Amino acid sequence: MADLKNFTNGLIKNNPVFVQVLGMCPTLATTTSAENGLGMGIATLSVLTMSNIVISLIRKIVPKKIRIPIYIVVIASFVTMIDLIMHGLTYELWQTLGIFIPLIVVNCIIMGRAESFASKNGVVDSILDALGIGLGFTGALVLLGSVRELLGNGTIFGFPIWGEAINLYLFILPPGAFITLGLLLGMFNSIGINRENKKKKAGAKK
Amino acid sequence: MNLILLFISAALVNNIILTRFLGICPFLGVSRSKSSAIGMSIAVIFVMTIAGVITWLLNQILIMLGVEFLRTIVFILVIAVLVQFVEFFIKKSSPALYEALGIYLPLITTNCAILGIALLNIQTNYTFIESVVNSFASGLGFSLALIIFSSIREKMQLNNVPKPFQGTALALITAGLLSMAFMGFSGLVKL
Repeated sequence: MADLKNFTNGLIKNNPVFVQVLGMCPTLATTTSAENGLGMGIATLSVLTMSNIVISLIRKIVPKKIRIPIYIVVIASFVTMIDLIMHGLTYELWQTLGIFIPLIVVNCIIMGRAESFASKNGVVDSILDALGIGLGFTGALVLLGSVRELLGNGTIFGFPIWGEAINLYLFILPPGAFITLGLLLGMFNSIGINRENKKKKAGAKK
Repeated sequence: MNLILLFISAALVNNIILTRFLGICPFLGVSRSKSSAIGMSIAVIFVMTIAGVITWLLNQILIMLGVEFLRTIVFILVIAVLVQFVEFFIKKSSPALYEALGIYLPLITTNCAILGIALLNIQTNYTFIESVVNSFASGLGFSLALIIFSSIREKMQLNNVPKPFQGTALALITAGLLSMAFMGFSGLVKL
């Protein structure tokens, strides 16, 4: 049966970037601005949804021993499609994301969901799972992209937030990616730890 | 002369991990101890160079047949097969090396650095020799960053880190500082 929990699971509780720490290469490389992060997120979301659908449909026919190469072929086909579609429709974005579009093939999030979810569950559940994880990934990329763009350029999605007076260009350069993600990860960890402590205190009072 | 510049550029200036963001997963995953970092490094240099050679030749065939759009699919399959093949070969020819590389070889298939460098070689229109040099130098750059990083992390294990930053969060910030250090190389070579 379809279960909405499969959708919400990936958004926050099992967020692929901040909780599972998967798919780091595109996360770090493509978040120089909020817009680029959004583009990469949507491209990954589409590939993930389509590959989850197909893998869930063929899960009973595929022999166990050669399932991994088959999954790779399925994923690679959809990545090629997205690559060609983006080349046609959003040429500028395609140029900025560059090599990271074909590299969606080796994004561990997609392979991970194929192996751990789509190969064991029905089509509807797999779609929900893909949408949840995909949107969680997109959200994380947009958040990281926005922070970097704001600190580095003073804008979010190109809209000016503050002047150019306090821009730290470093945050758009590669070191900024590592540092911002590290700080965000620490922040989310501390929120999680605080919540657990509160729960423990509440439990102790009862 | 050009090849030497290319070598320096691929290994230091455009370091594959710290400026190109390829192969972050093994960078964060196997950097807890220096010995595993060294094992991974050798395996990556080895496979990356061979993959660079084979994918370049394969791309010529794809162009000849006029099916360049199949590049991604073909490359990833060839790399997967290649890794298996290398594993068999090493197992037969030198058991000692096999012991050392052991678990790192299969992990490499999903290492985006290998596919990334293969695709970059093609995209920048490198000649055959340039591709080989670029692949090998990128592998060396990977090793350099990974081994430095794992040494730092080994030292950090003794430190008292605030709880939210333990593990990946601090590792990423450390990588950021390391990346800043590598930025010092930019401007060293202009291609």
